[in-house]
Amino acid sequence: MMLEFIQHLVNGLSLGSIYALIALGYTMVFGVLQLINFAHGDVYMLGAYIGMYTAHFFQLGQNSSVLALIFTITVSMITCAVVGFLIEKFAYRPLRKSPRINVLITAIGVSLFLEFSGQLLFGPDPKFFPQIFKPSGDWSIGELKINPLQILVFFISIILMSVLQTIIFKTRLGRAMRAVSFNHDLASLMGIPTHRIISYTFMLGSGLAGAAGVLVGLTYPKIDPLMGTMPGLKAFVAAVLGGIGNITGAVIGAMTLGLAEEFLVGYWAPTYRDALAFGILILILLFKPTGLFGVKQTEKV
Amino acid sequence: MNKSSGVQSTGLTQEKLLEVEKVSVYYGAIQAIREISFHIAQGEIVTLLGANGAGKTTVLRAISGLIKPSQGKISYRNEIISKLSPDQIVRRRICQAPEGRGIFLNLSVFENLDLGAWTAPDPKTFDKDLNQVFELFPRLGERQNQNAGTLSGGEQQMLAIGRALMGHPELLLLDEPSLGLAPQIIEKIFEIIQKINCDGMTILLVEQNALQALHIAHRGVVLEAGNLVTQGTAQMLLSTDEIRKAYLGE
Repeated sequence: MMLEFIQHLVNGLSLGSIYALIALGYTMVFGVLQLINFAHGDVYMLGAYIGMYTAHFFQLGQNSSVLALIFTITVSMITCAVVGFLIEKFAYRPLRKSPRINVLITAIGVSLFLEFSGQLLFGPDPKFFPQIFKPSGDWSIGELKINPLQILVFFISIILMSVLQTIIFKTRLGRAMRAVSFNHDLASLMGIPTHRIISYTFMLGSGLAGAAGVLVGLTYPKIDPLMGTMPGLKAFVAAVLGGIGNITGAVIGAMTLGLAEEFLVGYWAPTYRDALAFGILILILLFKPTGLFGVKQTEKV
Repeated sequence: MNKSSGVQSTGLTQEKLLEVEKVSVYYGAIQAIREISFHIAQGEIVTLLGANGAGKTTVLRAISGLIKPSQGKISYRNEIISKLSPDQIVRRRICQAPEGRGIFLNLSVFENLDLGAWTAPDPKTFDKDLNQVFELFPRLGERQNQNAGTLSGGEQQMLAIGRALMGHPELLLLDEPSLGLAPQIIEKIFEIIQKINCDGMTILLVEQNALQALHIAHRGVVLEAGNLVTQGTAQMLLSTDEIRKAYLGE
């Protein structure tokens, strides 16, 4: 009984930390632009493919090591950051003064563009993600067996999230990001170049999605061009659950969702895995639309 | 408030620092200001007066680049700035303390001041500037780690002014610094404005509180329903009967 519980707990935390990495991008972009960037899940898909191609190119599947993993994650993060920069620059920036609905439709368009470009470039069939880090077997503590990969995924995510936390709350760039999310005009009166800060925000969020892509490839090594849709939507639900725009909320929302999914699958109804997230979304929107940690938006007078 | 000493120590020159020429601004189809022209010389306090909705804040937004004039131009040190973006204008050393709650309520007092120094010409002067602001407004020093949202109205206004000073302005734009504040605090803020001016800073002071503003200003510009109705020296405006009636409540 206890063993099973711990097993589900570990799975849930590992899954939740991947949702968290994606949810952070949603919530950060929403913070600065009040935009739900529906293409974000597809950036995560690109992250997985970039990781795969990097591993093939440098033949990291044969010499698996922590270094190979860190290298792959870094390449994927940087490439995804560039993709995020380009998406913002060419798809969203020209619409900065347009009604929000136009931007939202554009986001859906970008998402479709990435998904079907992915099918064209990578092929529609699932591909196998190389084992860039191969643990030498499960860790056993008594009868408990834990896959070290899941612990690794959890810790890498925690490290990345701490770095993000430091950037946002301790650096001048983070200060500027928070200023822009408070009010664009006011931030520009400080001389803050708001466009550039928005670009940086997209780059940070997309970089984290890239890392999530590699980590998922590592634990569930089958990747395909549409793999971003479901985790993207779920991470969005996680961000709404935590209160969209709230960094800490996104992480807690994602962890909650990951754990809830695992326990649901483990103890009750495996077939309802995907329904859970949307059930939560409906409940949140009905009873607490600002999310667990969101504050009510105050209208400026 | 001692005006005469202020005038003497600044040593007014006739050099135009900022020139607003026939500027009109529309919000959609509605004309907010119509062909407004005035200038500010180096070292002056010029006050922009008028009732609520007269277009004072619109003039300020046009100067700081938040809205583009549909006609006319604004130049600063003989360079046309009305086509530049707000952050480029701040880099020309025109800093604004925005109206009302124009501070970042989600950041601490220190973080607000730090963002004010975003375009400061020399990062090495940061600590010195910070101490100067704390000398001017000791309350801000005591509360530097507090969230700006927890400050009182007067303290928020002090923060807005202090933050603008962190950017080393040559021209300081103040939008209704007395709005919603108790009389003693207004007096204190006006004293500080005068002190900053005596130290050589040029100031554009937007005010509804005309009498108090004209007591520290060198010149005044009066707006009414988007039109400039009169401008002149503070003494002249204070002695004109119509102005006294219409704007000074006498």
